[in-house]
Order: sequence, then structure tokens, then C-alpha cells
Amino acid sequence: MRMLAVSALLFGLFALPAGAASVDLTVEIPRLDVAEYHRPYVAVWIEREDHAVAANLAVWYQAKNGKDAKSGKSESGTKWLADLRQWWRRSGREQTLPIDGVTGATRPAGQHQLHFDAGKPPLAGLPAGSYKLVVEAAREEGGHELVAVPFAWPPQKPEHLSAQGEHELGALRLDLNP
Amino acid sequence: MKTLAKAALFALAASFPLLAAAHKAFLLPSATVLSDGDDAWITVDAAVSNDLFEFNHFPLALDGLAITAPDGARVEPENVGNGKWRNTFDVHLTHQGTYKIAVSTDGAFATYEDANGEKKRARGDAATIAQRIPAGAKNVEITQAQNTVETFVTLGKPNDLALKPSGRGLEFVPVTAPNDLFAGETASFRFLLDGKPAAGIKVSAIRGGTRYRDAPDELTATTDADGKFSLTWPVAGPYWLSASTEGGTPTLANAKTRRAGCTVTLDVLP
Repeated sequence: MRMLAVSALLFGLFALPAGAASVDLTVEIPRLDVAEYHRPYVAVWIEREDHAVAANLAVWYQAKNGKDAKSGKSESGTKWLADLRQWWRRSGREQTLPIDGVTGATRPAGQHQLHFDAGKPPLAGLPAGSYKLVVEAAREEGGHELVAVPFAWPPQKPEHLSAQGEHELGALRLDLNP
Repeated sequence: MKTLAKAALFALAASFPLLAAAHKAFLLPSATVLSDGDDAWITVDAAVSNDLFEFNHFPLALDGLAITAPDGARVEPENVGNGKWRNTFDVHLTHQGTYKIAVSTDGAFATYEDANGEKKRARGDAATIAQRIPAGAKNVEITQAQNTVETFVTLGKPNDLALKPSGRGLEFVPVTAPNDLFAGETASFRFLLDGKPAAGIKVSAIRGGTRYRDAPDELTATTDADGKFSLTWPVAGPYWLSASTEGGTPTLANAKTRRAGCTVTLDVLP
């Protein structure tokens, strides 16, 4: 009886897909000493092994029409979304923007914390499997960089994964909490 | 006279893929993957050059220019400019999907002996070549030359309505979306001749920037029985893809042979 209870408990633990699991993500935008600095466009998503996008976590871009500094002409902020080349081909061009709870304004240099709960969008319903967390950054009059961290979902134990960008992205930290 | 000779030479270069082998005709769009809603603009350079994608030989005549929108409709070019080394035009993109921009020529040239037995040549297009040969000419041989110079741009999500083949001449038919090309990946395409698979055709792809390197770095492939071929892009850049054939039947009634050529500018992203 006791054995049964223990195995039931164990079974329950492993069978729970991702009930209480959560993800803490830290994306660092490096401070750059350049003559003309523009905040980068950044996309954060979860990719399946076949590169299909399983979930969009964040897209930071200029949603409103802006004015070009040189010509003074009004310009749509979506014009430069295609510079997030991989995100644009894998997901962006399929979307109607803005995406509720995903898209937002560009962010300054520094560390940005993001928290996602397994039961809520965009993680709700994410099937168990192997994935990659991908962060892509593109900066006006600057460079482009893509950093990815492979992970398994749902986490069986607390995991602390990381990757390091080289020029447009800084440290990337992915904390998985079962 | 000099101008006339030059114009004739240009017509020749533009019309005949085999003669044009050393002169590369191209359309070079300013952008190929666009994300600005339903109101985007691109500008396109049209030239015939020795080097890719430089402007150092002739402008590419825009007489046969056709821009097909993602919904299949024809779009007129805007702000057309005729330069010494290139012609340019803008395209206003107002529909989500893939646009095809193509310059097609249906040329013809003839060799014959005139009344005095002197060997002569005449050139024109399929419709007018017969009028350029004097009555009483002997040993008339007419060659038809169908050629297409094209490129693709996509606003938003790609579609393939504008990519449907017409069934005329040598046609490039994307299998991989033509604006979904990335370095390190393999892309597949087909060539059709008069709407049927063009088998055994040699395909060449040369990346732009030839003036800054010694080797042409040419990618080559041969079409299979289905007209299909694949290329793996080693690095990003604009590529000039070309193929030509002497196969098939001329559509010009009195032509003995027909040469069909097709060149495509493809943008491979990093």
C-alpha cells in the first residue's frame, strides 16, 4: 500500500506535463559606444527541432510610425522587422501585428527579465520535447546577431542554462523551474 | 552611325542568350524581403554588364518589362529612368505576397544571301524579322531567340500566384520560395521549356561582387528529368542564375532553330 502510494506520487510527478513549471529569462542588450545608437529590434521565441516556431515570447520593435531623423519623413516601424531575418521568415510574416502580450516597444541597454508560466500563453500547451530558445537582435546602422540555447520541456529539475552574445547581444540566461 | 551600331549590338546582346554569355543581363532590386504592411517601395536597376552587379556595358531595355503582383495583376513601373549604363524604375508594392519582375524579349535574327550572292544578316523581333529580309533573298535561315531576365521580391508572407509559368520559352519555376534563400541552405528550382520539364540543362549561378575577387566562384547544376535542380548557397549575396537551351520547337513559323534563355537574380540572406 505504501509502495503504491509512493509510485503513484512519483507517477504523478512525472506525468504532470508542465503544470507549475515556469521559465525565467534574462536577455542582455549590451551598452555600445557608437556614434549613432538606436535600440535594437529583438525577437525571442521557442523553436522546434525543424525550426518551426512553437511560441513567440517577445518582439521589441517600434510599433508606431516614426520620423526619419535625416529626412523628417514619417516611416512605419514595421519596415525594419524583416531585419530580424530568421524570426521574420519563421513567424513574423505570418503574424498580424501587434501580437497581444508578445510585442512591445524597443528596450534600452541592460538586462531584461522575462517570466513565463507553463499554464499561461505563450507556453500553455507546449508539448514535451526538445526545443531551442532563440534570441535575435538587429540594430539600425548596426549589426545583427542570433543566440540560441537548447533545452528540454518540461524541466524535470531546476536548470540554469546560458549563452553569450558577441556584439549585439550580451549574456542570455534561461532558468527552467519544474 | 556609331550610335546605330552600338544600339544594334545592344539589341543583339539583349536578345541572344548565347551571344550575351559574356554580357550579363540583370535586374537588381533594392530589397527582396519586405515587412512594411501594404505600402512598400523598391527601386530596380536594369543593366547588361560584364561584371556582377556593376553597370559597365549597356542599360537593359525595358520594352518587355512585366511586373506581376501577388494577386496576378499587372503593375506599372514608376519613376522610370534611362541612364547611360543602366535603366532604373521603382515598384510600389501594395499587396502582401510575392512579385515577379521580368523583362522578356522574343527576338529573331536571320542570315541570307542577297541578289548579288553577298552574305547578309538581319535582326529584329519575331514579329518583324520577315520584313527585314529583301524579296529574292536566298538561303534564308532564321533563328528565334526568346529570353527572360527576372527577379522576385516578397512583401509579407510569400505566395506563388505570380510564379505560375506561362508555357512560353525557358521558364524558371521556384520550388523553394525565391525570397526564402539563406546561406548554408539548399534551394530547389525547376526549368520548363514551353511548359514541359527542361531536362539536362546546365545551370550556372554566380554571386555578385566579382570585381572584388579573382575567381568567379560559379555554382553549377544540371536539371534532372523533371527539370529540377538544387543549389546550396555557400555564402550570402545576390546571385545571378542563368540557363539557356537550343532545344524545343520555334514558335516563329519560318524559324529554323530557337534559342531560349533565362536569367534570374536571387538574393541569398546570411
